Amino acid sequence: MSVLKSSPIYDLRDTGLTDSALDRFLTETWKTPSGLYGWLATVDHKIIGRRYIITAFFFFILAGLSAAAMRLQLAVPDNKLIGPDLYNQLFTMHGTTMMFLFAVPIMEAFAVYLVPLMIGTRNIAFPRLNAFSYWVYLLGGLMIWIAFALNSGADAGWFSYVPLAGPEYGIGKRSDFWAQMITFTEVAGLAVAVEIIATVFKQRAPGMTLDRIPIFVWSMLIMAFVVLFAMPAVMMASTMLILDRLVGTQFFNPAEGGDALLWQHLFWFFGHPEVYIIFIPATGFVSAILPTFVRRPMFGHLAIVMSLISIGILSFGLWVHHMFATGLPQMGESFFTASSMMIAIPSGLQIFCWIATIWAGRPIFKTPFLFVLGFIVTFVIGGLTGVMVASVPLDLQVHDTYFVVAHFHYVLVGGAVFPLLGAVHYWYPKVTGRMMSETMGRWTFGLVFIGFNATFFPMHLLGLRGMPRRIYTYPAASEWGTTNLLVSAASLLIIAGLVIFFFNIVLSLFRGESAGSNPWNAPTLEWAMQSPPPPYNFLRIPAVSHREPLWFDGSVLNVVCGLRVDTRELLTSTVADAVPELREPSVRNSIWPFLSALAVGAAFLASIFTPWAVVWGGVPIAIGLIGWFWPKGDPEDKE
Amino acid sequence: MKQRTIADLSNLPTYGFGAQSPMWWGTLAFISLEATGFALAVGTYFYLEFVASGWPIAAPAPDLGAGTLVLILLVASVLPNHLTDRWAKNQELRKTRLGLLLMSIFGLLPLIIRIWEFRALHVSWDQNAYGSILWLLLGLHTFHLLTDLGDTLVLTALMFTRHGRSGRRFSDVSDNAFYWDFVVASWVVLYLVIYIFPRWSA
Repeated sequence: MSVLKSSPIYDLRDTGLTDSALDRFLTETWKTPSGLYGWLATVDHKIIGRRYIITAFFFFILAGLSAAAMRLQLAVPDNKLIGPDLYNQLFTMHGTTMMFLFAVPIMEAFAVYLVPLMIGTRNIAFPRLNAFSYWVYLLGGLMIWIAFALNSGADAGWFSYVPLAGPEYGIGKRSDFWAQMITFTEVAGLAVAVEIIATVFKQRAPGMTLDRIPIFVWSMLIMAFVVLFAMPAVMMASTMLILDRLVGTQFFNPAEGGDALLWQHLFWFFGHPEVYIIFIPATGFVSAILPTFVRRPMFGHLAIVMSLISIGILSFGLWVHHMFATGLPQMGESFFTASSMMIAIPSGLQIFCWIATIWAGRPIFKTPFLFVLGFIVTFVIGGLTGVMVASVPLDLQVHDTYFVVAHFHYVLVGGAVFPLLGAVHYWYPKVTGRMMSETMGRWTFGLVFIGFNATFFPMHLLGLRGMPRRIYTYPAASEWGTTNLLVSAASLLIIAGLVIFFFNIVLSLFRGESAGSNPWNAPTLEWAMQSPPPPYNFLRIPAVSHREPLWFDGSVLNVVCGLRVDTRELLTSTVADAVPELREPSVRNSIWPFLSALAVGAAFLASIFTPWAVVWGGVPIAIGLIGWFWPKGDPEDKE
Repeated sequence: MKQRTIADLSNLPTYGFGAQSPMWWGTLAFISLEATGFALAVGTYFYLEFVASGWPIAAPAPDLGAGTLVLILLVASVLPNHLTDRWAKNQELRKTRLGLLLMSIFGLLPLIIRIWEFRALHVSWDQNAYGSILWLLLGLHTFHLLTDLGDTLVLTALMFTRHGRSGRRFSDVSDNAFYWDFVVASWVVLYLVIYIFPRWSA
């Protein structure tokens, strides 16, 4: 017999409360206390998402400065400004930071901030795991950059190939810091992926059936699944690498039965989906921004969702196209050529849907929309060179040249950073309550778009003329000097555009126009509450009956009631039809995720120097986790 | 924006089991990513076997004794595990406590026997790539045994306190049982890879 039936429960519900009383109760229940403790203990997805975004942009600036230093060095032939050792560290830190500390975290960060708002819930699933993930990510990023400042920066490239990164050639602790940074960031990335999946599956507002989930949320969900199945590969690989380096395992040593190509297989099994982990959310930004600025719903909603799912699945079948120059069997290479070309189909389908949406709409040319247009143009060029390098004979010619550098910057900057910059301009009013300057936004777009193309398009030509990537200088006789000077000069335009962008962000915080709840007249739920959103997100949980609830559900928002307001409670629903199922408690703020992250960070860091750190480090980690999960007698624990 | 209340959900329960509970989905997601890790490690094993001229490399196949004993124990633990799950779902506190005590023992025993398992491999982690992957596979699974035992012990302690009288704790017990099934299933696969495959391929 149940022991619970007899326990009386006294609680306070939102039913019958006036809006102002409800706001007072909910604010008290969901708020983050001020002061240092509140800052460290908060589990509010908006605060953590914002933190993630700011931190990722901080790393973006560091990685950008590394790129600027490289362009300075390459501006003229035979330049003595930067030596080969520092140059190796610079390109490794640039790539590593952009991929692991900027691109993936910032995409997940947007999901952390926006997904709960878009699906109509009060916090992300597993809010403490969310807080923990941020601290682990921050510690990992700081660790590798502090190591760089101490001349121990990773120097074997962002994909850290063995044997260069292995025990024989990887000097000092440089590659160890790289490998452990992977552990930090992947732990964080995987944790957020789990949260996104559980949030989207279980916490959608009543009525938000699978068919009514916004494309942005679909994109984040699919990204989370790709993370789930791709990131274990790089964790496994980096663990093997650090074991080879620290305790003498032989995974990558051919003399003792190991194999160097094993690294490449494991790395690229992650590394190729990684591109889509970055790209899929970016297409989500595009599909969120577009309808708002062309004043009509997306054309081909279902086709786009299906394309995203196909891209997510196909992304796991492409990894060998990064290894065409390693002498693999031709039959295998042909398969990966075919699969690489196949992924162009769903990508192309999405592009046609976007074009059709613009075609049938009434475009308003504001900054976010300009970035979407810039994205479409640039990504098509990057996609086309992608189809080119998917072909083995062409790839063999341009492998490890600037052609490849040009290609993947078109895909990653054009395909992800442009939509991201558009997304910042689009959601900034929601996050801060103020508008960004449209004039500065247009300058940012113009400078970044022209600067980007002038910087990276000539790199195709440099590559075709034989300039290898990752060289710290080149002789004057190569005749690459003029083009390189042009490239370096053009990169100043990108920097200028980004300086204006950051200036705009800071200045608008103080001087931006007041945004109101829905400055763009956008259709999705995040625009239903005031800007910035209150700690509890929604006064009452919305109930939706349309994909674009704010456009088609009329001027009145349908809501449900019955939730507690004296403790944190949210609504969970069925996976497919979003039928309300539970009044699920949501955890309070806690310092333990922060303390646990410190313990985990200390153990990871110490394990670079002694394998015993894993054993001794387990004790504080266990204490941290017990403190985290042990109930504190909160009202919701009594149910 | 004006609001119109269309439903009162006051009567919804505050906890659920299985697919009703977000924690169950979180557990499933963690199982998926960890299973991917196992699959990749097993893939690595066969990749190394594929490039090697003979397998196992410079060592006899591992002794069967300790590994098989762990297999028997883990498979046997499925019964008390599912009973614990059922008792938790029925919210029967005394039986759930008993089940958790049993599962703590079933978590601890394989860990003790595992010490002999490492010895039975007949190869060190740094001897060659075969040794490295064997230790990695066994190490990975040991880590899972350890973390699940830790979880079970804390949960057992919890259920003997006043906090045990909460529906959410029963749901936690049920999710813990779900995860234990994964630990058992993964060992069945790893057992075949580590112990049977070298004999079969020879």
